[in-house]
Formats: sequence, structure tokens, C-alpha cells
Amino acid sequence: MQRHLISAADLTRDDAVLILDTAEEMARVADRPIKKLPTLRGRTIVNLFFEDSTRTRISFEAAEKRLSADVINFTAKGSSVSKGESLKDTAQTLEAMGVDAVVIRHGASGAPYRLANSGWIDAAVINAGDGTHQHPTQALLDAFTMRRRLIGRDAGLGQDLSGRRITIVGDVLHSRVARSNVDLLHTLGAEVTLVAPPTLVPVGVQTWPCEVSYDLDSVLPKADAVMMLRVQRERMNAAFFPTEREYSRRYGLDGERMARMPEHALVMHPGPMVRGMEITAEVADSDRCTVVEQVANGVSIRMAVLYLLLGGNEPAVTNARTNEEK
Amino acid sequence: MSKILIRGAKVLGGEPQDVLIDGETIAGVGAGLSAEGAEVVEAAGKVLLPGLVDLHTHLREPGREDSETVLTGTRAAASGGYTAVFAMANTFPVADTAGVVEQVYRLGREHGYCDVQPIGAVTVGLEGRKLAELGAMHESAAGVTVFSDDGKCVDDAVIMRRALEYVKAFGGVVAQHAQEPRLTEGAQMNEGIVSAELGLGGWPAVAEESIIARDVLLAEHVGSRVHICHLSTAGSVEIVRWAKSRGIDVTAEVTPHHLLLTDELVRTYNPVYKVNPPLRTERDVHALRGALADGTIDIVATDHAPHPHEDKDCEWAAAAMGMVGLETALSVVQETMVDTGLLDWAGVADRMSVKPAQIGQATGHGRPVSAGEPANLTLVDTEYRGQVDPAGFASRSRNTPYQGRELPGRVTHTWLRGKATLVDGKLT
Repeated sequence: MQRHLISAADLTRDDAVLILDTAEEMARVADRPIKKLPTLRGRTIVNLFFEDSTRTRISFEAAEKRLSADVINFTAKGSSVSKGESLKDTAQTLEAMGVDAVVIRHGASGAPYRLANSGWIDAAVINAGDGTHQHPTQALLDAFTMRRRLIGRDAGLGQDLSGRRITIVGDVLHSRVARSNVDLLHTLGAEVTLVAPPTLVPVGVQTWPCEVSYDLDSVLPKADAVMMLRVQRERMNAAFFPTEREYSRRYGLDGERMARMPEHALVMHPGPMVRGMEITAEVADSDRCTVVEQVANGVSIRMAVLYLLLGGNEPAVTNARTNEEK
Repeated sequence: MSKILIRGAKVLGGEPQDVLIDGETIAGVGAGLSAEGAEVVEAAGKVLLPGLVDLHTHLREPGREDSETVLTGTRAAASGGYTAVFAMANTFPVADTAGVVEQVYRLGREHGYCDVQPIGAVTVGLEGRKLAELGAMHESAAGVTVFSDDGKCVDDAVIMRRALEYVKAFGGVVAQHAQEPRLTEGAQMNEGIVSAELGLGGWPAVAEESIIARDVLLAEHVGSRVHICHLSTAGSVEIVRWAKSRGIDVTAEVTPHHLLLTDELVRTYNPVYKVNPPLRTERDVHALRGALADGTIDIVATDHAPHPHEDKDCEWAAAAMGMVGLETALSVVQETMVDTGLLDWAGVADRMSVKPAQIGQATGHGRPVSAGEPANLTLVDTEYRGQVDPAGFASRSRNTPYQGRELPGRVTHTWLRGKATLVDGKLT
């Protein structure tokens, strides 16, 4: 494992499988009456959020608290940042207070990379989403959800996603979730197909380790999982597609389309969903839809990442397998 | 002013010769000239060029003296071997009146490191809507002949047409910053494979090429000449080549950084590589080098763009666009054009002194190294190799993309009308 988690592309297959396996151990903690481990006692983690994202922040915060870390939440709004303070000064201020890790969400692509590589601070940096670049813990929790559902909780341990067919549908151009998932799922051996109107596929996509299709219906019957990305309504003002209705008709997932998927296939969504746009209520509320499960899995994955980056040398859970045994 | 004998220099890279400066003028060029009464500069092995001329410099004064002033910028120019620079109009206030261009012109004269020829804005406030008083700027003491809204594109086709037509009355030229604004909203880097991975907003080549195509056609239609700033793509090269083959009066420049660097560097998210137009691909770099060698691109211009440290020591999206270039330009051209065999030193003199002086009508610059000509000269140690150390820059800003990179060549002496502005690599 590296010292920071900036991009899903930085993870090797073994790194990724280790995180998924560790997350399974962490998930068991959630089943206990007291959902807490002493692992990161005395460590301080700051959640540095320059963009609004309540769900991701809460997920990290829950993970940090279950590992007994001291947690500082820092949101840019109403802070010195809105008065013109630079990222560098903010980070150095926080580090001076003795922070061991910075979980950063930032609207600018590359901000976590700069934080980790500019010599500004020594703390470990975990990317909680940067611009339209990466959101590695989202990709990890998605992979975790797929492995559990497609292979099994125990049967999945030590396994990757070789040969599984994953379809990602929607606003790929503006999506850090799509980029992270393409990188990670490829590393884990899955075959990824992106589906979107051509306006929402980036120029330069040809080097990505995935297929690209403009036709959702041709891809669905082969998919083991279909991940729907949020499509913001404002996009149609910039002529990415003509109307909300046309987008839904061509790229939205409704009950009829879901019926054409294989029986075992999952419907996933990173949230927040725009019901009626990329997904109908019927699909969102169906048993095949893993949205709520993904949220729960997010806490386990973030616990695993924090443990592996910061805890390191002692077992996370009593009687659990440690790094060395692998 | 006394006599100076430059002994044994390879004039334009040719056979060693002596060059005698008397006062402001070259008194003689030949073998074994008498050193009597002259200060001798031993120049064996070094290359002597006419003083370099930069058609595209941002001196930042007035308004952003925290990043550069006319003094620091012209010292940087002398340090890089330049004897004349054209100062871009995007200052605060904008150089769109006779008053501002005269101020910049006068500051250059007073400091005496390098002639400063102000460029006037095409439109009031660079806003692209209303022509600035181009005639007044031309008739001012600054004698402006080059007009540009650089930093912004004159994107309105009618305004561009009128500007091209209007400046014909006094032999002016419009230098276009070719950037279709709608295609580059939110643009952060070259649009392509790297931008797709990094999730940074794309600046597509077509945004440059479509404006160049339009403007060469406009220039042809109204019978004007047009100059294209910092051409950066292989497609732009093809359009300019086509235009020249049709006899359209177009000239074009390329920056040193577009001859050397590619968008792969953006993977570091280090804003020192953030520049407008953006760094392009390897294929573009090779097309630009080829075009500079065959004359499709007429000149090298630095687009020297100083920025204070805090505007680069931040996340990519928040950073300013631009790189300093005056003090490294000749080294980069040697690396990319001379050491690769694409251009000889006479070719470098043509692209970095003769042609830019012609395009900008810089009297007394870009002249032959021969008796009777103004003594604007640059002496280069072409055997030198060393790492770029921004701490040694004369520029007030340090935003160079070459920090720590080994580059060939070092300017040791610069003379502006016979007066040494740089001696043994040190400013006078």
C-alpha cells in the first residue's frame, strides 16, 4: 500500500483485494452491539471538505469514529477559505494542530494530488473526490458491493472480479465515479462498458481500459451489474442532450429495461439519485438495487482504507487475518 | 562611448571573425582587426547573433508590478540576449490609449536595458467590442505598429475584419490570440487523452484552428496582413501553410515551451505547466519544430508571462496561466532546433531577430552583423550545458517550467547600440 490514496489507478490488484478483504472484517464490527475498535485511538483525522457532500463526509466520519480516531470536520464555507486563504495555508494550519491524516474533498481536479506531493504537509492524504478526476473510495465500495453480491461474503474473500461484466451508464464526462471505477474494475479483472450519449463521453476516452457504447439496450443483456450515474438537469442547458425526457428514454433505467438484464444482475447507483431522470422509482426501490447497501459498505471500505494507511501493524479486529499472514 | 573588439566570434555560427564596435555602431567585421584603443572581449568558440527581438512579452507594468516591471522585465530580456521586446497590452490599465503606451515606452528608454516597443490593444479594455484609438497610439511617441488583445481573442468576426482593414492606413498589423471563447469555457489544459484521465476541462485544438482559418480568410478578403500569436497545434501549422501557399499575408509565431514540452507534464498537476494556449502533444511539438524550420512559422516569441509565486503554488484550477521565458528562450531553441539539426545559427538569427524585427518594424534591430549597422548584438556560449536555476533569474517572477532541467547554451554578452547590458553573464 502507498502512503496516500489519491487515485484508484494507483492500486494494484493485491492492494485492492486486501482493502476489500479488510473491509469484510470491518463490516463484522457493524454487527456487534458496540460498533467500535480501538485501532486509531490517539490519531487525529481531519475531514477537509471544500465541496458540499454530506453523505461522503458522514461516511468517513462514521468510519473514523468506529476506529476511535479523533475527528475534526472542516468545511470551507464560512471558514477562512471563503476569505481567500489558499489550500496550502489551510492544510499547513491543520497539520500544525497535529493531524495524522487529511481526508479531502475538493472541486478542483488534482487538489489531493497537490496536497500529497507538493511538500506542503506530511500527513497521509485520502482523496474523497476531486473535481471530475477521482473518487477512489467510491470505486472500492462499489467493487466491494459487487463482490459480495456476485460471489458472496465469505466466498469472495481473496477474490477479484475476473470476467464480470460491468456497465456504467450516464454522465461519464463529468464523473469522477466513472473514472475511478474504470480504473479499479479493470485492475480487478472485470470488463467495463461505458454507456452514454457521445456528448457525455470525454475526448480521449480511447485509451481507457474499457469499451464505450452509445446503445444501452444492446449492452444490458450481458451485464452482471449496471451502475447508473447521476445526470444533473443543468447539463441540458449546455446542450449535452436535448431534454430530460429524451435522456430518460434513451439512457434511463426503467422496469422494462431492468427486465432485460440477467436475473442475477445488480442495479447500482453512487447517489444521490435523480429519480425520473437516469432511474425510475420502480427500479430504485427494487430488490436488485443496491443503493442503500452501497452506503453501508462505504463505511466498511473507509474503515479498511484508514486502517491500512494509518494503523498498519496491529490486527484491525481480534482474530482477524493480518497483512503478514497474507 | 568607447570601442569594443569582439575577438574570434563565430558570426551567425560561421567562421571566426573579429567584430569592432565603435560607439553605437559596428565599425568593422573581419579577420585580425586591430584592438588598438578597444576593450577586447575574447569570444573564441562563441556564436555572435544580432540582438534578439521578442514580439510577445508581458512586462506587467502598469498594474502588476508584483510580478514584473519594465525594469525587471528588460533586465531579464538583456540576460536572455534580447535587445528589443514588444510589450503586450493586457496591463492595468490596459494599453489602449496613447497615454499608457507612451508610459511603457518611456520607462523602457529610461532603464536602457532593452528597447521596449509597446503593443496597443485592438479593442477598448480588451473587451472585443469597440476599437481602441489605434491611430492615436500609432502617432504617439511610442509609434505603435502592432496591435493585439492577447490574453483574449478578437472573436467577433466583424471587429476583427475592421481592425485588419483599419491598421492598413499606417502599416500596422493585428496579432491575434486565436482562441474561440465558447469552445474553451472552463478550459484547463489541452483536450485529449491526458485531460480525459485527469478530469481537467479541455482546450481543444479546433478552438485555435478555427479562428486562424477564419482570420487568414479575412486577411485575404480585405488585403491585410495578420500575425498569429503562439501557434500551438499541428492543425494550425497546416492552415498557415495553406494560407501562405495562397499568397495570404500571414505571419506566425511559436513559443519555446511549445517546441519542447507536452501535456504529459500536466499529470503532475503542477501549475508551472499551466499556460495558454496549453501544452499540446508530442505530435504537435514535432509539427511546430518542422514548421519553424521550413519557415511556415516565421518566428519564435516567448510569451514571457510572469506570475507571483502564490498564483502557482496552489491547485491547478486556481492557478494563473503563463510561464516566464525570456531568460531560457535561446537555450530551448538550441535544444529543440539547433542541436537536433533542424536550424543553423543563421536560421536562429532569422527566427529570433531578423523576422520579428521586420514583423514589428523595430528599426535598428534584426540587422545584419556588418559594418555600419547598429551594434545590437548577442554573444552565446553554445558549448555550455547547465541546469536552469530560477533563483538566478533577473525577472521578478520564477514561474519557469524548466527548473532543474539541463539545457544547452548561455548568453554571455548583450550589447544595445554598443552599450553592454550583459557582460560575462552578469547584468551591467
